[in-house]
Amino acid sequence: MIVERPRDLLVKKVLAHGFLILFLTVIMFPFLMIVSISFREGNFTIGDLIPRDPTLEHWYLAFGLDYTRADGTVVNPPYPVILWMWNSIKLGLMAAVGVLVISTISAYAFSRIRFRGRTGLLDALFIIQMFPTTLALIALYAIFDSMGEVSPSLGIDSHVSVVLVYWSGVVLHIWTLKGYFDGIDTALDKAAAIDGATPWQTFRFVFLPLAVPMMAVVFVLVFIGAINDYPIASVLIRSEDQMTLAVGSRLYLNEFKYLWGDFAAAAILSGLPITVVFLIAQKYLVSGLSDGAVKG
Amino acid sequence: MSTTTIDAIQQTDRPQYVRLTIVAVITLGLLYAAFQLYMIAQPVFGALLLALAVGFGIVFGSNRLYNSRFIFPGVATVMLFVAFPVIYTIYLGFTNYSSFNLLTYERSVEILTSRGTVDASTEQPFAVSPDGDGYRIWLPQSGLLSDTVYLTEDLEEATLSPANAPDVLLEARDAIKLRAGLQTLTLTTPDGVAIQNSGLRTFASLTPDYLRLDDDTLERTADGARLVADHSTGFFMTEAGEQVPPGWRVNIGWQNFERVFTSKGIRGPMVEIFVWTVVFAGLSVVFTFAVGLLLAVILQWPHLRFKPLYRILLILPYAVPSFISILVFRGLFNQNFGEINLILEALFGIRPEWFTNGNLARTMILIVNTWLGYPYMMLLAMGFLQAVPEDHKRAAALEGASAARVFFRITLPQILPPFLPLLIASFAFNFNNMVLVLLLTRGLPDITGTVLPAGQTDILASFTYRIAFGFSSSEFGLAGAITLLIFLVVAAISYANFVAMRKGAERRAAK
Repeated sequence: MIVERPRDLLVKKVLAHGFLILFLTVIMFPFLMIVSISFREGNFTIGDLIPRDPTLEHWYLAFGLDYTRADGTVVNPPYPVILWMWNSIKLGLMAAVGVLVISTISAYAFSRIRFRGRTGLLDALFIIQMFPTTLALIALYAIFDSMGEVSPSLGIDSHVSVVLVYWSGVVLHIWTLKGYFDGIDTALDKAAAIDGATPWQTFRFVFLPLAVPMMAVVFVLVFIGAINDYPIASVLIRSEDQMTLAVGSRLYLNEFKYLWGDFAAAAILSGLPITVVFLIAQKYLVSGLSDGAVKG
Repeated sequence: MSTTTIDAIQQTDRPQYVRLTIVAVITLGLLYAAFQLYMIAQPVFGALLLALAVGFGIVFGSNRLYNSRFIFPGVATVMLFVAFPVIYTIYLGFTNYSSFNLLTYERSVEILTSRGTVDASTEQPFAVSPDGDGYRIWLPQSGLLSDTVYLTEDLEEATLSPANAPDVLLEARDAIKLRAGLQTLTLTTPDGVAIQNSGLRTFASLTPDYLRLDDDTLERTADGARLVADHSTGFFMTEAGEQVPPGWRVNIGWQNFERVFTSKGIRGPMVEIFVWTVVFAGLSVVFTFAVGLLLAVILQWPHLRFKPLYRILLILPYAVPSFISILVFRGLFNQNFGEINLILEALFGIRPEWFTNGNLARTMILIVNTWLGYPYMMLLAMGFLQAVPEDHKRAAALEGASAARVFFRITLPQILPPFLPLLIASFAFNFNNMVLVLLLTRGLPDITGTVLPAGQTDILASFTYRIAFGFSSSEFGLAGAITLLIFLVVAAISYANFVAMRKGAERRAAK
């Protein structure tokens, strides 16, 4: 591998590229397929991998517009995709902001402030973060069902309840940010203290500006995690106009109402922005991920 | 060194009383919510909110606890939304909470005593008279007029009193439009008889079906039977042993666990599902790790060109939101309309039944999960591979070792230990990978001969999800009991991860 003859090297290069291209063909198959399906007529496979009479019908419906076919029949959009997308983005943003605020403050406290029971609390958090919130769904349903009797905005079918549950994901990010704060030189906070800064001022004016890159990572991770959630949203949300994309998209592939073509266009429309965000942020995300985060 | 030596007294930039006022307002708000919860017979949630209110008031109100203010939000969130739901789930495992025993005792009694039968012999016509924003109900036969009512669809009550006929009465067809509001209205005559809307044009008196005799006894007016509350089953029982729904939630001790371990229709599928869960999580880790590592090794090869392009394309499955990819696969694998079977039929003349044959469904789930998960492993492996010293590999290659031998004897042993905690975490993630199962197969095809809905591709987490939120009945209590069993497994995995992390930290410290 270090001392190699040119001919062997060429063979190896061809093999490596050949393998990668073959592998990528298999991996990309679903993506290419879904693009083709979104332009194909009707909602069933007609036996062509490449559409014979491309149509924009599914795309019109995905954008929430009526589509008039050549024979004059008008098709209405089956589901409010844009509304679902807005719901998903709204929940994702609210979850990300909340988690960011709580986890940044907590991480600073665990990293810099001495208080009683600190090590014990840290160990407890490590154990607790292993229990995914999705396992406690039954309790969460019971809790929010009762809370709804006090105020409907905290009950079932309310976005506030869902966001509150998403906030429970803070523990993982407390760990990520604490690791980051631990790496900041203590000389900085000493200097701030000598200048008369309170711990809060040290946090606000020294640590917060330094943590911006890592906070961006946490923000994107929470946002994507919330968008991808199915179990929590599916239990806490009931009505169609409150649904998120993950819950709503499933309706397309119902056995009794199978809308394969409409789904394809809606999937590309809603998946594309998130994919682009991820690809732009991926360089920074990888460092955050290897600290133990698992994309959910 | 810490910064806590600075005294909180330095905080003089804002007057003390502003902060104290804000703290007091928030605390009072929380206390009010706690009281409301207590009032609707949810003392546990009330107590929790009370604790939150007191904790918040003390931590943010006192100057001595200045440092705790930083830690309070995080600890409160974890306690409220992680620790409490986990404990509450376990508690529910010891109750009969289900679609039959959904309510609290007080609510069940309320529902039973509010039921009534309309007495047709007392029917009398009515008319509606508009009155400002609302309406009045006029009963010409008895000469009674009601107070102003609004006829929304919420429950509404009003009293009747003798009066002269109002000047303006609505036409019959306009009155019919208000039907939905009329149906939720109860009027009380001066004699104290409750009457309700009993038809398009009539009101009639209402006899309650059940009368409350004392705390735990009801009387059924139809046959005079006495119903006694049975607080061990959560139902009212007649002397003949008939259960009267709706039931309420009661503790039933270990009964759910007994059902899980003794009922053949539950234990059998549970064991099968448990084995599949472990196999699924294990194989998912092995496959994603193997594929990811292989690709990482190829991408690290110095002679390879177009690396950034390959890298971006290879992580695409990770970048696309997983719920979309899973649903795309659900469509592609569809037996009759799916493109995969279309190709397979054209090439080999076969149409595998991906969703009805258990083994094929399991294969499909593993294929999809490998597709979804390998980029994560590849990204991690690329990081770890860079840490393997190049001269070790060079020395082995000079000794004449083949590339494969170098990989298995030098590279793999060096990256495996730091990888281990991440592999365990990935195992734990897949052990509870509900999203994949729920969106791809919903656990189908079903296992035959079971009491509960149980599928061959169900993992424990999706199995409990379907018991609790499935289409048939919702057995929250039983699902809670099974969740406790999952918690035990998860606890074991987290302990293993804890040990692996400690060992890793020690190894790094020793270096």
